[in-house]
Amino acid sequence: MNEPANRDLLLEEQEHAAIAPLRYGFDLGRREFFKLLGTGMVVCACAGSAASRTSGARPQSEDELPQSIQAWLHIAADGKVTVFTGKVEVGQNIRTSLTQQVAEELRVAPGSIALIMGDTDLTPYDMGTFGSRTTPTMGPQLRNVSAAAREYLIDLAAQRWHADRRSLVAADGEITERNSHRSIAYGELTKGRQIVQTIGDDPALEPPSQWRIAGTATPKVDARDFVTGKHQYSSDVIRPGMLHGKVLRPSAFRATLKSLDPAGARQMPGVTVVSDGNFVGVTAPDLGTANKALQAIHAEWVAPPQTSEATLFQDVRKRATAETDNPGGPPRLAVGSFDQGLASADHTLEQSYRISYIAHVPLEPRAAVAEWQEGKLTVWTGTQRPFAVRDELAQAFRVPTDKVRVLVPDTGSAYGGKHTGDAAVEAARLAKAAGKPVKLVWTREEEFTWAYFRPAGVIDVKSGIRRDGSVVAWRFDNYNSGPSGLRPPYSFPHQAIEFHPSDPPLRQGSYRGLAAPANHFAREVHMDELAHVVGMDPLELRLKNLTDPRARAVLEAAAQKFGWKPKRSSSTRGFGIALGEEKGSYVATCVELAIAGREVKIERVVEAFECGAVVNPNGLENQIAGAIVMSLGGALFEAIHFDNGRILNPHLVTYRVPRFSDLPKIEVEIVNRKDLAPAGAGETPLMAVAPAISNAIFAASGIRLRSLPMVPDGLTAENLPRSPASESTPVAGPVAKLVTA
Amino acid sequence: MPFLLSVNGAEHQVDAPPDSKLLYILRDSLSLTGTKYGCGEGMCGACTVLLDGKPARSCQAPLSAVAGKKITTIEGLEENGRLHPVQQAFVGAEAFQCAYCTSGMIMAAVGLLRKNPRPNDEEIINAMDGNICRCGTYPRIVEAVRQAASSAKGSTE
Repeated sequence: MNEPANRDLLLEEQEHAAIAPLRYGFDLGRREFFKLLGTGMVVCACAGSAASRTSGARPQSEDELPQSIQAWLHIAADGKVTVFTGKVEVGQNIRTSLTQQVAEELRVAPGSIALIMGDTDLTPYDMGTFGSRTTPTMGPQLRNVSAAAREYLIDLAAQRWHADRRSLVAADGEITERNSHRSIAYGELTKGRQIVQTIGDDPALEPPSQWRIAGTATPKVDARDFVTGKHQYSSDVIRPGMLHGKVLRPSAFRATLKSLDPAGARQMPGVTVVSDGNFVGVTAPDLGTANKALQAIHAEWVAPPQTSEATLFQDVRKRATAETDNPGGPPRLAVGSFDQGLASADHTLEQSYRISYIAHVPLEPRAAVAEWQEGKLTVWTGTQRPFAVRDELAQAFRVPTDKVRVLVPDTGSAYGGKHTGDAAVEAARLAKAAGKPVKLVWTREEEFTWAYFRPAGVIDVKSGIRRDGSVVAWRFDNYNSGPSGLRPPYSFPHQAIEFHPSDPPLRQGSYRGLAAPANHFAREVHMDELAHVVGMDPLELRLKNLTDPRARAVLEAAAQKFGWKPKRSSSTRGFGIALGEEKGSYVATCVELAIAGREVKIERVVEAFECGAVVNPNGLENQIAGAIVMSLGGALFEAIHFDNGRILNPHLVTYRVPRFSDLPKIEVEIVNRKDLAPAGAGETPLMAVAPAISNAIFAASGIRLRSLPMVPDGLTAENLPRSPASESTPVAGPVAKLVTA
Repeated sequence: MPFLLSVNGAEHQVDAPPDSKLLYILRDSLSLTGTKYGCGEGMCGACTVLLDGKPARSCQAPLSAVAGKKITTIEGLEENGRLHPVQQAFVGAEAFQCAYCTSGMIMAAVGLLRKNPRPNDEEIINAMDGNICRCGTYPRIVEAVRQAASSAKGSTE
């Protein structure tokens, strides 16, 4: 699975457009290192291979550390372990799961470990926390660095005692000699010394089957700070003399400022008005005054006419660029010959699926506190890409990157929505003008309007199937929604798959799972449609076309736990199933729902999930159940409505997200594969929920819903779906273009 | 305009316009940042505090209406370093992911248990439905409230 996983990562990188080339944000020399941390031992993990392993040797020079450091840790004289990683915590629980992995290999208690995360002055360069990459990449790096540190500590003890290192064991933060039972604490070994070790990245690691701390349900390491309100998110940071900022938002997207009269605001005591091109903002000693100052500014904006939701789906298709127009774009995937496959089919089926724009709605809106001191800019902000935001700030203010420090406090969620530094740049601009630290917290309306959205799109599927249920031809064209998860987990002999980028009407970007939930929706609903074409059980049809044993295993696990076989849908009760595979992890979801009049009530969701060896089953269950709940929103009712450059529903009153009352009974079956390397789990659990719901609705009602969201206003023939484009292409009811060969 | 606020048992003199919302007074004047801004519209519950023991949206509560009331925030639940049973239950059930909603969830749950020490699931869901957890941790939050209800006798202060 490595090859497609790597390809997807490359695609994902491309989607993040301006990702900077790998650079190394580490400019601490050896002496500065110990000034920062105190004496002790530092172990660095570097990119490289067995050949570059320098364990036991000095680094290149006394004062220089290698330029390819990926992570490091420090062991202080008191035994405290500090680990540095550029990854950030946004609720996915990696602060805990990474701590467990360090504890496992270093053989110390999790409580003696502190992680410094996402601080561009202190942590190694990191591309960003996205793509479910922390567990498969940062996990092994930290396990590697910890294992090397442990082995080096054994060396130190052997030297000190003139003992054979084979007689020494590391456990509970101590080295013990088996025969004499004498022991020494790690900190004691490194006390007063300045030891720097670098290692390559070829791990000699404890296999997951032997894990004692990793692999267990270790509680969230800083749970207490969250239940007492002590934890400071970016929006909670308070700096001495700090002011509050507000930004005057344009009347519409792409608007430019025609005239500005800030006099009313300027005369307010303590208020600073900043006007710089199209950027207009204010600072004030308190938020109330900042709001009043903003209201006192008179501005005229000019906005070009812009396309609206009514023509969204026609537009993305019309404006799509063919791959040939887009050299260097995502590759077209071809297996066998689609035309040949289609010619050998007994039935063909052609259908279109639609995905609306949706918003991330992180409960902590974008926020930043910015402070300039002696030409250096420090910004606390919730972002998934601290180094990219650092670069964004350096570029915006034309200062070198070492004059910018970005710190990311554990953040009030992101879901792919916090890749950019908008709030950071705005706060820094205001702070520069005011000459004082400035806090800027976006309002919910700003969050719904000026952030970016999960791309809308149209997906066309054309397929050919034989009477025995083997799918022999598969054509899949995605317009605008994105290339992630395009490749089916099935062994179709003839495939033609293509992503067509378009010129989108709204600012769009990453979202949890990127386009994979959309592509899974189209694929898995289409598979269900094919099952009905040949009169086969949808589970059987999938298994018939599936050779990947991991995919088969999750499908069978979910079906068994759900009790798929004996279930028969009725007009008021539907059962649906769907399968997913993305980023090296596998998911299968079964849904039971009830239909009462217009109302569709999801009653039970059973999901089987496999991501290799499980690092923390408790955290994983939390991620999976949470992803199921989150995906109910996009499946059933979430949609951004827009018209002529304006968002029409930028409030929680008009943009509905899942609540307690939407909660089905959720059952999670984790398939723990200790023989496989751990894969990420933040995204894949979303993939199969929406198609399983669509399939269950069809099973009960005979209404085939091919647009997300499916039932924003409930289930009625007249208003389904609410998407305005539905008038030109009806999607409710059995309207499949079914051609029998 | 000066107001006297009673927050977590301490009196605070606050000078602000009477229509100032309690949320910003707590966060910006009193540095009690445990109470969160989520929407400013009373739709997400992240800013929930107790006013005389009843859950209220602090983003909607004007200063003039809360002066003289007993205000309890998330920072006021611990007693002598001991977590409130609801806080303890949230830790035990790990009823959070990013945890930005947690303060509001806990305050809503404390308010519910004061009124109804033994709520059934439906009562929990009805009482908490105004609080959003975008990470989708609802099943564990319901479980935490259940646990708190059975561990405590609904006593809170």
